[in-house]
Amino acid sequence: MKIHEYQAKELFRKFNIPVARSGVAFSKEEALKISVGLGGFPVVVKAQIHAGGRGKGGGVKLAANPEQVLTIAEQFLGMTLVTHQTGSEGRIVRKVLVEAGQSIDKEYYLSLLVDRQTEKIVIMASQAGGIDIENVAEKTPEKIFKVYVDPLLGIQGYQMREVGFRLGFPAPAMKQLYGMLFNLYKFFVEYDASLVEINPLILTSGGTVLALDAKVDFDSNALYRHKDLLEFRDFGEEDPMEVDASRYSLNYINLDGNVGNIVNGAGLAMATMDIIKNAGATPANFMDVGGGASSEQVENAFRIILADPKVKAILINIFGGILRCDVFARGVVEAAKKTGVNIPVVVRMEGTNVEMGKQILAESGLNLTSASDLLDAAAKIAAAVN
Amino acid sequence: MGIFVNKNTRVLIQGITGKEGSFHARACIEYGTKVVAGITPGKGGQKMDDVPVFDTVSQAVKETGANASLIFVPPPFGADAIVEAADSGVDMIVTITEGIPILDMLKVKNYLATKNCRLIGPNCPGIITPGECKIGIMPGKIHKKGNIGVVSRSGTLTYEVVDQLTKAGLGQSTCIGIGGDPVTGTSFIDVLAAFEADEDTHGVVMVGEIGGSTEEQAAAYIKKHMTKPVVGFIAGLTAPPGRRMGHAGAIISGSSGTGAAKIQAFRENGVHTCENLGEIGRICKTIF
Repeated sequence: MKIHEYQAKELFRKFNIPVARSGVAFSKEEALKISVGLGGFPVVVKAQIHAGGRGKGGGVKLAANPEQVLTIAEQFLGMTLVTHQTGSEGRIVRKVLVEAGQSIDKEYYLSLLVDRQTEKIVIMASQAGGIDIENVAEKTPEKIFKVYVDPLLGIQGYQMREVGFRLGFPAPAMKQLYGMLFNLYKFFVEYDASLVEINPLILTSGGTVLALDAKVDFDSNALYRHKDLLEFRDFGEEDPMEVDASRYSLNYINLDGNVGNIVNGAGLAMATMDIIKNAGATPANFMDVGGGASSEQVENAFRIILADPKVKAILINIFGGILRCDVFARGVVEAAKKTGVNIPVVVRMEGTNVEMGKQILAESGLNLTSASDLLDAAAKIAAAVN
Repeated sequence: MGIFVNKNTRVLIQGITGKEGSFHARACIEYGTKVVAGITPGKGGQKMDDVPVFDTVSQAVKETGANASLIFVPPPFGADAIVEAADSGVDMIVTITEGIPILDMLKVKNYLATKNCRLIGPNCPGIITPGECKIGIMPGKIHKKGNIGVVSRSGTLTYEVVDQLTKAGLGQSTCIGIGGDPVTGTSFIDVLAAFEADEDTHGVVMVGEIGGSTEEQAAAYIKKHMTKPVVGFIAGLTAPPGRRMGHAGAIISGSSGTGAAKIQAFRENGVHTCENLGEIGRICKTIF
C-alpha cells in the first residue's frame, strides 16, 4: 500500500527521522496559512500524488512570498499531473504539501527495500542524490552502493559506518546520519515496509541532515497488524472499479483493451491475458477470482466486468481445482440474471465437477459460447470482437 | 520414484481441523498419501476422521514418525508454523498459506538456512509424485505417472499445463508449485538440479511468470548443468509495469522482471520456449 509524502513524513516524525517543518493543505487558503506559519520564505509547494517524478513533471515549486503560495496552490489543486510514473493519463492533485525552504549544501540518495535475490533487507545509497535514480542505476550503476542487512540480526553499527563513509559524509554530521539510519531501519521493520526511499536526503548549509522527500510502500499482507495505517489509504488514488473489486477480495486490474476476462488463479489469469493478445485481441482487465472463490465472489467479478463500458466480449477461463466448476457456474448465472448480458461470452471450463458446471450453464438459458480448449477459446473470443 | 516425496513419505498436517485443512487432508488421503497426524493447538487427543490430532508438531513427529509437514494455518501464524515444523525435525515443509508478510518470510528463510529441511512455498499448490504421494491442493485426477518433471510459480496454471501433458500422453515424475511469493523456500534451480539427478525424469517443463529474476538464473543454470530437455513458459507478457498481478511476487519493477527478458534468457540458454499456453501440450509432445 502506497501512501503520500506528507503521510510518510508524519510517520517519520514519530520515529525521530528528521524532516523539515511542513503541513498539508486541501485548499489555497490552507496553503497560505501553513506557509505563513513556517517562519519565513521561501517555502516549497509540493503536489501530493502516489507517483515519483513530481519535480520533473512540474508538481514542485518554490514560493518566495505568500502571493506566490496562493498562485501555485491554485494552479496545483485540481490539475492533472503527468510524470514518468503516472502514465499519460496522469493523476489529479487533491492536496499539496507546504514545506519550509532549505539551503542545501549536498544531496544524497538513500533507500531501504527487501531484496528478493539475497533475501535480506538492502540499504541502497548514492552521492548522486536529488535526481532520477533509475537513470543513475542504468547509466552509472557504480555510483550506487548496497549494504545488506540480515533480518535476524538487524542493522549493525559497522553497516551504518559503511554507509556514512561511502557517502563521503562530513565527520560533524556523521552522528546524525547514524541516528537516521537506525530509526529508518526500525521504522521499516516495525511497520512492515517494502520500500522506504529518500531522494534527496540533504545536508543543509547549517550542517543538518534532513529527509527532504519520503516515498513509502507497505506490504499489503502485513496490514492486519498495522490498523493505524489503514486511515492513510487514499481511495482517490485508486481506480474505482479496482476499489470495488477489492471489497470482495478479487484481484482485479483495469487495463486498456476490450476483452473482459475472468479466471481463477493469478498465473492462469496472466496467461489468459497473453492468449487473448496472441489471438489478435487485447485484454480489458486482469481478474483473478482466486483458487477457492465463492458464488458471491464470482457474481461480483462478473458484475464489475459487465459494468465496464469498454468491454465488448468476455472470456471465462476456469480450471476447477479447489474452486468447483458448478460453484463457478452458479455465480455466473446469478450475476447474468441480475445484470443482464448483451455482449458475447465465451466459456472454457475444465477440472473438478466440469460436467455439472457445463450443465448449469446450458440449462440457464443464457447465450453463452462454450470452448473446448484454450486455443478454441482464444479464437472464438477474437472472432467476437474483431 | 520422482523427487522429494514418494510412497514412503509420512505426512502431518498443521491446521488439520480448519475448513481448508480438513478438506484437503481428506483429498490427500483419498489419493493415497500417508497422512499420519494432524496438529491443532488445544485439540490434542481428538481425531480428524481416522487421523490423530496433536497439540504440537514435535509430539506428532515423536509418536508417528512423520517426516513431512503440510501447512494450512492463516497467514498471521504462517511463519510460526514453519519454524515449529523445522524445529521438530521434519525433512520437508509444504506451505499452502497465501499472504504471509514478506518480512516474516525473510526471517524464516534466513533461519532455515541453519536447518536441514526443505521448504516448498508459501503461496503454492504443493507437490505431487503421481501414483505415490500428493502433499498439496492440486486435483489428483489430472495427473498421470510418467517421466516429465513440472516446476511452476503458479497453481491453476500448473494444473492447466499438467492436464495438457496428460492429454498428450505425457505422464509426470513429480510436479512442484514453488509458490507465487517474492521469497520462497525452494527455488527453480533447486528443483531443476533434483530433476536432473532423478532417473525417472526424462524432461522438464518450467512455468515462470513476471517479477524477480529467478527464471533468468534458472535459464543460466540449465545451460550449464542440465542434459535433459527443458520446455519453458512465462505468464504475464501483457502485464503492465508496476502492478502486482495477483501473486505478491508477480510485479515488474522498473525494467526488471519483464516477461520479455525471461523469454530472451530462455532462448539464449537453449530452453525450448512456448509462447502460447494453448500449445504447451503439443510442443512438449514434439520435444520429449
